[in-house]
Amino acid sequence: MKRSTWTDYQKDIADNDYYYARSCIRQNFFPGSEKAFLNIVGKDLGRNIYDDPLHTSCTGIGYHADIVPLDTIMAVVARQFALMTEAGYENFTSSCITSFGIYTELLSTWEEFPETEERTRENLYKATGREFSKPKNLAHTSDVIFHHRKEIAAKAKRRLINAFTGEPLRVVEHIGCHYAKIFPKAGIGGSEFPYVLAGMVEEWGGEIIDYPERRHCCGFGFRNYLVQANRGYSIANSHKKLESMAPYKPDFIVTNCPGCSMFLDKWQYTIAEMEGTTYGQNGCGIPVLTYEEMAGLVLGYDPWELGMQMHQVDVEPLLDKMGVEYDPSAKYLGINGKYIGKPEAAVVNSRAKDTLYKIRK
Amino acid sequence: MKHIIIIGSGVAGLRCAIELSHLGIRTTILEKQSTIGGKVRGWYKLFPSFTSADDVVGELLRQVTSSEHITIRTECEAVGITPHVVTLRGGEQLECDAVVVASGFELFDARQKEEYGYGIYDNVITSADLEDMFNRRAVKLTNGGSPRRIALLHCVGSRDAKVCQHHCSKVCCVTGVKQAMELKKMFPTADIFNFYMDIRMFGPGYEEMYREAQADYNIHFVRGRISEVSPTIDNRLQIKAEDTLTGRPLKMGVDMLVLLIGMKAGASNALYESECNLRRHESGFMQPRDHFLGNTESNVKGIFYAGTVTAPKTIGESLNEAVVVAHSAAEWIKHTA
Repeated sequence: MKRSTWTDYQKDIADNDYYYARSCIRQNFFPGSEKAFLNIVGKDLGRNIYDDPLHTSCTGIGYHADIVPLDTIMAVVARQFALMTEAGYENFTSSCITSFGIYTELLSTWEEFPETEERTRENLYKATGREFSKPKNLAHTSDVIFHHRKEIAAKAKRRLINAFTGEPLRVVEHIGCHYAKIFPKAGIGGSEFPYVLAGMVEEWGGEIIDYPERRHCCGFGFRNYLVQANRGYSIANSHKKLESMAPYKPDFIVTNCPGCSMFLDKWQYTIAEMEGTTYGQNGCGIPVLTYEEMAGLVLGYDPWELGMQMHQVDVEPLLDKMGVEYDPSAKYLGINGKYIGKPEAAVVNSRAKDTLYKIRK
Repeated sequence: MKHIIIIGSGVAGLRCAIELSHLGIRTTILEKQSTIGGKVRGWYKLFPSFTSADDVVGELLRQVTSSEHITIRTECEAVGITPHVVTLRGGEQLECDAVVVASGFELFDARQKEEYGYGIYDNVITSADLEDMFNRRAVKLTNGGSPRRIALLHCVGSRDAKVCQHHCSKVCCVTGVKQAMELKKMFPTADIFNFYMDIRMFGPGYEEMYREAQADYNIHFVRGRISEVSPTIDNRLQIKAEDTLTGRPLKMGVDMLVLLIGMKAGASNALYESECNLRRHESGFMQPRDHFLGNTESNVKGIFYAGTVTAPKTIGESLNEAVVVAHSAAEWIKHTA
């Protein structure tokens, strides 16, 4: 693909001094990724980043599920900005794509309709006595990693190269809808040909796959998932994407959205259990990584320190392909060597068909 | 001898100069590009009669070059216009008795509709690219093969608020029908689909062409706009649309996608407004003095408009307007002498 349009969509990303806002759900699904981000930015790159224990959920999930009203979420977001202001920071970086979309949307709303900003300031002051400055720079955490991708490449211990063949790893990049589909100019590369993950992959030696359903949503879609009766719609979306990408034989999927990481990973388990279908080259699923995990592997982090044992689709085939050394017996040992439990065998991680059959029975 | 400057050497500018020379008025045609003839030079056949574009432009050029009253200057950009002085980029000033602005339009840049992948995916081309291929007798896929299934998408850069082009470009519907018929003649076994939101067949013979395309050429018309284009593993194009007549989503693989790009206001129009006090419509096209009784006049007496500088028009309409402008300008000169 002659990917050129991404250069039309650039944005300023602060180089240092970040106020970090965590995601509600990532800490449960991929708890190692946020820790890895703090380590990469703070230790590997030597930048100043503040992980504030006082901040809360942005309430974006409730907002998109029509549970949280606009005035409420504006007041909550204003409080996050007040905390940033009180901590002496001006560069706000959010770990969650939906939060990033919320912050972008509300800053734009306040710009377009100044009276809503005034109302929010009043509401926040009445409720908490706090005041806030708007961030000088707003970036998603994948933007921050993209911004430092060359520095990470310079410190790389490994590249995204198949250790057996010397060929670039073939990577599917999946961008969360709320990154740039609402405000294309808020994202590196815009909404049609986003470059934020592609830029990392290419910088670190991998090759991006463009497949027919590349732009399609993973199916999370809040109400699709939150309402149990709608979950068939959610899995149908992931199914459509997986069917579309499989012929290109991707080595792994990388995403920048908490929901996308979870659903593209866990729906593979569900599809395999329901239909016995897997999409990876080895008869198993396709590993799904967060960009922090991808950066962490490039920088030489231990995969279990990155929390990759929490994935539904086993990552070992990818680690072997990359030539990553790891201790298989340490996979389910948590911090301080404490055994964290081992999941049941699953079709998505099995190779032999008879084994699959037994499990399905 | 009276002298009128005509800005632009497209069909309107050329036709106006010819008519003025018949009236005994000397003209100078200023052309920004290095060649004259305008955009029609790049076209192959013209709707609805499938007349060769070369025949039309060639005849106009023959008459222009054989007239002793007409001077042509290429690579000359007008940056200042008053009824009696035209200033060129570089500072040269040309005196005259009136000015006709016939600087035309721009083709919409299809790269702005990123979802269609023009300039990114192979075999996504514009209607202008297709005319060029027709002219070169080189309609083929990038791998040299012949297309088996072709889609033409109407209204790319027209009637589209997302790219700030609210107006209808008027000629794309019938161009889509014409090009589909030409493609069918060239590739008789190919399936050809036109995706449209309305079919606006306003001109003489257009509706008949539309019917002929369906009845005799078996060209399919789908009422719905393509939402996105993606490459497939065998280097074809997957298109998604909604067939709004059946109310069903549609996904289709095609070998070639032709984007029927619209007419965008001329690039010089902003300068005409800011530097020459000429009024511009919010669409970006120049605003005539009055839509009924002064449609070829600007808000400045002695400056006239011909052709697509004021709105999308067909070639026939532009040629007719050029004749009207010639007479209006001649009349104005007579009264101001």
